[in-house]
Amino acid sequence: MQFMLLFSRQGKLRLQKWYVPLSDKEKKKITRELVQTVLARKPKMCSFLEWRDLKIVYKRYASLYFCCAIEDQDNELITLEIIHRYVELLDKYFGSVCELDIIFNFEKAYFILDEFLLGGEAQETSKKNVLKAIEQADLLQESLVVFHSVCFFLILIFS
Amino acid sequence: MSDVVEKTLTALPSLLSLDSQPGSAKLSSTSKLGNLIRGITELTSKHEEEKLIQRELTSIKDQVSSPNTSMRQMKELMVRAIYCEMLGYEASFSYIHAIKLAQQGSVLDKRVGYLAVSLFLNESHELLLLLVNTVLKDLQSTNLIEVCMALTVVSQMFPKDMIPAILPLVEDKLNHPKEIIRRKAVLALYKFYLIAPNQVQHIHNKFRKALCDKDPGVMTASLHIYLQLIKENSEGYKDLTASFVTILKQVVGGKLPMDFNYHSVPAPWLQIQLLRILSLLGKNDQSTSEIMYEVLDESLRRAEMNHNITYAILYECVKCIYTIQPKSELLEKAAKCIGNFVLSPKINLKYLGLKALTYVVQQDPKLALQHQMTIIECLDHPDLIIKRETLELLFRITNGQNVTVIVEKMLDFLRISKDDYTTIDLVGKVAELAEKYAPDNEWFIETMNTVFSLGGDMMQPDIPNSFLKLLSEGFDSDEEDRKLRLFAVDSYVSLLQSEPNKLPQRFLQVISWVLGEYSHLSAELEPATVMTLLSKLLDLKHTSSETKSWVLMAMTKLCEGGVAISVAQDIYETHSSSMDTVLRQRAQELQHLSQDSELRGRVLPRDAGLMPLEVDSSLSFLDGFVSEALAAGAAPYKPPHQRQEELAQAKALSLEPYSLSLPISMSSCSIADRQSPTLMSMSSGLSGDSTDLSHKGGSTTLKLDGVKRVWGREGYLAQREPVEETAQVEVPSPLRSPSQQAEADSTQSQTPTPTVTPELEQDKQQLASSLFVGLGSQSSVCLMGKSDPTPQRFRRKAQGRASSSGASEKTPTSLGSTPSPVDNLLCNSLLDSNLVSEPTNQTPQASQSLDTTNGNCHEELTDVKENNPSLIHNNEEPDKPKDLCLSSHLPTELSGLSHSEITPLCSNQSVNLSACHVQKEDSLQLVIFIFNSSDSALQQMQLQVDSGELKLSLITDSPVEEVRSHSVAVCHYSVTVKRPSVHVEVLGMLSYQLPGGTPQTIQFSHKLPLTTFIRPLTLSTEEYGSMWLAFSQDTKQNLTLINDDQDPLTTTLNVLKKKLQLHVVEIIGVEGIVACQLVQDQPCLMHCRVHAGTLAVWLRSPVPDLPDCLLYHCQRALQEH
Repeated sequence: MQFMLLFSRQGKLRLQKWYVPLSDKEKKKITRELVQTVLARKPKMCSFLEWRDLKIVYKRYASLYFCCAIEDQDNELITLEIIHRYVELLDKYFGSVCELDIIFNFEKAYFILDEFLLGGEAQETSKKNVLKAIEQADLLQESLVVFHSVCFFLILIFS
Repeated sequence: MSDVVEKTLTALPSLLSLDSQPGSAKLSSTSKLGNLIRGITELTSKHEEEKLIQRELTSIKDQVSSPNTSMRQMKELMVRAIYCEMLGYEASFSYIHAIKLAQQGSVLDKRVGYLAVSLFLNESHELLLLLVNTVLKDLQSTNLIEVCMALTVVSQMFPKDMIPAILPLVEDKLNHPKEIIRRKAVLALYKFYLIAPNQVQHIHNKFRKALCDKDPGVMTASLHIYLQLIKENSEGYKDLTASFVTILKQVVGGKLPMDFNYHSVPAPWLQIQLLRILSLLGKNDQSTSEIMYEVLDESLRRAEMNHNITYAILYECVKCIYTIQPKSELLEKAAKCIGNFVLSPKINLKYLGLKALTYVVQQDPKLALQHQMTIIECLDHPDLIIKRETLELLFRITNGQNVTVIVEKMLDFLRISKDDYTTIDLVGKVAELAEKYAPDNEWFIETMNTVFSLGGDMMQPDIPNSFLKLLSEGFDSDEEDRKLRLFAVDSYVSLLQSEPNKLPQRFLQVISWVLGEYSHLSAELEPATVMTLLSKLLDLKHTSSETKSWVLMAMTKLCEGGVAISVAQDIYETHSSSMDTVLRQRAQELQHLSQDSELRGRVLPRDAGLMPLEVDSSLSFLDGFVSEALAAGAAPYKPPHQRQEELAQAKALSLEPYSLSLPISMSSCSIADRQSPTLMSMSSGLSGDSTDLSHKGGSTTLKLDGVKRVWGREGYLAQREPVEETAQVEVPSPLRSPSQQAEADSTQSQTPTPTVTPELEQDKQQLASSLFVGLGSQSSVCLMGKSDPTPQRFRRKAQGRASSSGASEKTPTSLGSTPSPVDNLLCNSLLDSNLVSEPTNQTPQASQSLDTTNGNCHEELTDVKENNPSLIHNNEEPDKPKDLCLSSHLPTELSGLSHSEITPLCSNQSVNLSACHVQKEDSLQLVIFIFNSSDSALQQMQLQVDSGELKLSLITDSPVEEVRSHSVAVCHYSVTVKRPSVHVEVLGMLSYQLPGGTPQTIQFSHKLPLTTFIRPLTLSTEEYGSMWLAFSQDTKQNLTLINDDQDPLTTTLNVLKKKLQLHVVEIIGVEGIVACQLVQDQPCLMHCRVHAGTLAVWLRSPVPDLPDCLLYHCQRALQEH
């Protein structure tokens, strides 16, 4: 996967993750073009797009568009399911997720994404494992524990 | 925007109270980020937003640089900075602080720090160097979360040069007890492999360990690396095939923990990854493919649930099945799958179905035929993406018959497409098709005009270039060339007369060049008129200076006659003061050359492109230098592969003294165009294994491959790879009228569309018949471009000379004069009597050959049996017996000889054609059977056959003119080879008329392998030696040796002898010489030597291409063995 974008129906970017090195200018240009193209498409249309030399796979969930760019030989349908799995993860984590959750807690959304996809490849496909990893880190965040108790906690969880 | 604001505001209170619920990690909305977000949503204009963000950024900037800011606050600030960046405002001042946060923050602040780093920077950013130490420290931490974070950031971005610093630590993590760490370490190594493959080479065996990891997550992660490795070098990982198959089997069988299920499908990501790997491994490899057939079948069977994820797996399976070596059962199932995709009402599946069809259509054109109605519907689909993919599919099935329809569809799409990438791509494809399959000049030029106007200045520059090259080089016939150029000139003149300002620059350049070169071809076109038209282009506002210089160049070629010169003068005056140096120069040239017509004739000669350039490709002018150097003791030239071979041989100690007379003998033999085998054996003996030389004496051991002959009379003799056998292609019958075709197709098509009205349906069927012509169901399979039966119109001259086998391109030799009525009558009456006299005869063998006493009438008759015997495997009437013994119709002089299998050529409702051949000592006898399957007699029948490679002469004196109902006519030819080719093809056309009907024709092609023309050539070794020297055409290659317990060389040569009818002259030790001839009297000699487990073969012949073709057949024969 080359990059993933989340944007609203109004074209506001909500999340962006780039797995290929690009300059900021290029990123902005690509985002602008893609948001425009995807928003112009009608609901019954195909979820796949050929765009430059890439394949764009997008799906709309409520007011949010999830949009991934893959290479030509990659499987479009499984990418669609990657998006869906990510939405499932967000949903499970936030408890019936809505756009606002992602706006106000975008860093959490990033953390979840990083546990799920790493370097553009599906890292962990077990839902349970992804959430476990996130929750471990979250537990730390909530209780301002000192380093030793962190270790203690981890031993508890991992064993 | 307003509804989102509304939603936000109404949702806020509930959001605030959500804190204690599950997913309680929600940030308090009273935080500064919350304020920022709310602030933004309340704004109404972009300008206000900008002001707000700038204010925010300034405040962040102040705070981050303040020494009093705690890491906790810093974390908050980073989140806000990320948000601002996401909105598109630069916050580069915060990058360094993000790194600082990752470095110094407590374990929870680090997380945000690392996230900010990974979002802000990319792998080439210089600040990333500052992160290396932090990562190093965290990798060594005892805190698992810190290690995880470090590995996560490393696998997203890391400076390439610093990989060695952390590599040992990451490697260590592969043995970590926690699977999450192992998994991330594997992915980090994957990342390293992608950016710096040579740095991780030494740990390939650790990847294997990861592949065997007990945790499925780690194993899955390792597959990313393997996919990459196998993509680059599939040979190196064949041994893992069985393991991958086993893993896939277990996954499919549900052996993984339930956690990995996705919508109750076991680990689909893993499955797809494995399928991709398997397809790479099985590609072009029969034995590896065989290992995976079973599991592929299993995967297909298991994926039956109606959910996207199973379709994803199915799609990958289908791709895999079509990529690896084919297996018919699997192909059948895969084809069914593709069918389900294409027919699916879900648009995503339809898209993938089309994509899969595009992928497989070259292997299986019938599949496209089955779904033609769906394809046509997709062509009118409102979604451009579907349309585009359909065009891609059509592009792959284009042939000479459907090219006009398909190109028209593509041009239609181009007219509505707004996307530059698509335009560039499609324009290139149209140009390719037009060049390849253009039916006539007008169409070609008009299509190219549209291409140039639609493609504009975006298209690949090689399109106009190759178009111009095509025009200037011309084709086989000068007359055709002239017509094409003339048509181009005419069409360009009319374009310039109408609206030149709308044409793109590239097109204008093409136009000016063509007018400059060829407008003289048009008689009624005055140079002055063209000059005036061109000069208007110079005045257009948007004409680029590059185009202007093309125009001026064209005018320079044209300025002839009074008016033209005055135009030239005007142009010179306006442009001699141009700011552009090139234009000034062109204007000067125009001025000077227009004054001096003699000079112009020399500088810009007409049709200069046609003048051949003399090139001494044999580099004969170097001969003197070479012989001098050789006389002075220089080593003779050896090609690199031979040097290597000798280097390998030289490992053995050479006990012979150094060369006796090397300088003399070598100089004489390498200057002469060809070498004697004996001399060569000396030289190769010198290089290494000279022990056996002393035993056998230099004159009998034929070490021919000591020196490879790379320079021949015609220059460098490039080693040609044998041409892969193209699929057997039969000629489609272009005579099937569209309606017939549609009828036939609709019986095949499984997709009747009940919703469309009959007229619409008919339209579509019409379209279908014009699109899918040439993919015909029974007879014709046209793979694009490969061996299309229709002539390729615009064959380049360079290759064009080689073959012109197109049926319509040449005037087929008429089959002799009209037969004398007497013969005919005689024949007919006899036939009649035969019918009458033996009405009850049921065995076809009993029908006697009639021609023995009656001269040359070879026409014979089968008895009409009670049920029509069908000649050719007729699928429509499977019940009918096919027991027709055509062999009984063989001409008498051939009846005693063994003949080849009788193969069907083509058929239609009324006539069936088939052929067989008989190998005679001095020629090949080709017999064509014409069976009239209709109920009335065929009249005015004429069979015309022709071939570019063969010489065919009719043995029967009087050609058959009429075939009665349900009887057989025979045409008998003697065939010899004019020009060898791996497969020679006979093209033919049968024209006939049914009583009261219109004349009809049916076309066919018949392929014969060259081996049918090969005969043994009996020679003595001495004769062989002298002939070897005389032959100039040669080729050399290593073939596989058939290894059995005995002598591999003898066994291999015997196989060749048996299969190809070669004559083995002599076998001495590890060498053997073999001879054969191509009928008639075209010898080919072969020298074989066993070396390093392979058979080094060297072929020589006086006939061009013969060694290559024979080599190909040898290779085939040994492979089949």
